[in-house]
Amino acid sequence: MPVSKSFVFINRKAPYGTIYALEALEVVLIAGAFEQQVTLIFMDDGVYQLTRNQNPAGIGMKNFSKSFGALGDYDVDQIFVDYESLNLRGLTSDDLQSLTNETTEGIEQSSIKIVPRSQLSDIIEAADILFNF
Amino acid sequence: MKFTIQVNTGPYTHQASDTAYQFTRSALKAGHSIHRIFFYHDGVNNSSMFSTPPRDDRNIQHLWSALAEQHSLDMVVCVAAAQRRGILDQKEAERHGKPAANIGPNFTLSGLGQLIEAAVVSDRLLVFGD
Repeated sequence: MPVSKSFVFINRKAPYGTIYALEALEVVLIAGAFEQQVTLIFMDDGVYQLTRNQNPAGIGMKNFSKSFGALGDYDVDQIFVDYESLNLRGLTSDDLQSLTNETTEGIEQSSIKIVPRSQLSDIIEAADILFNF
Repeated sequence: MKFTIQVNTGPYTHQASDTAYQFTRSALKAGHSIHRIFFYHDGVNNSSMFSTPPRDDRNIQHLWSALAEQHSLDMVVCVAAAQRRGILDQKEAERHGKPAANIGPNFTLSGLGQLIEAAVVSDRLLVFGD
């Protein structure tokens, strides 16, 4: 593919209850594999997708949240979480799993940035392709 | 302008597939081009030729298949989403030991890479449905 575009994925839904979170992650990983510039936004109930220690066995679902750990391998290292959405749900950064990437100097750093909503509108504004899941 | 259309909801419950179809037809009529139509999530169900609505209702799969035939449209159904929801072509049906294939004419099973490629090369990606 000759061109690379800026893909922004807005994840708004809880990890279980609908299939959107799981099937969104599948698109994100393919976009990463196709060497596109990928940015993820988690807001509304979508912030629950990143919570640590998920255990959905009781509802007969597979815990797919471990797959987020593969994002760094696909160079998906721009992950923004809406502060207001976290705060409204009584969550903090301590409730989220750790997602990291390696800098060109080989230093491991966090891919997750918790930002105010006003910053998210700038990211959305700059996108070539916008997916809402 | 070159469009790619993504359809995310199944037929009949929601109007999104009808709207996507009507948009596609109108865009072609107005001289625009359609690079690809990609069916994802429950949108894959639009491709089932086992759908049998009453005679006085529209048959959404027939509408899509006919439009694709007329304009040589590339209609891709996400294979992973399709397998979950029981949409199979002959090859997949045989591979999984299923009694029949049900994907309609001019729909093709393929991967999500087709969606990413379409987004890259099109001027606009339009998403219909949730």
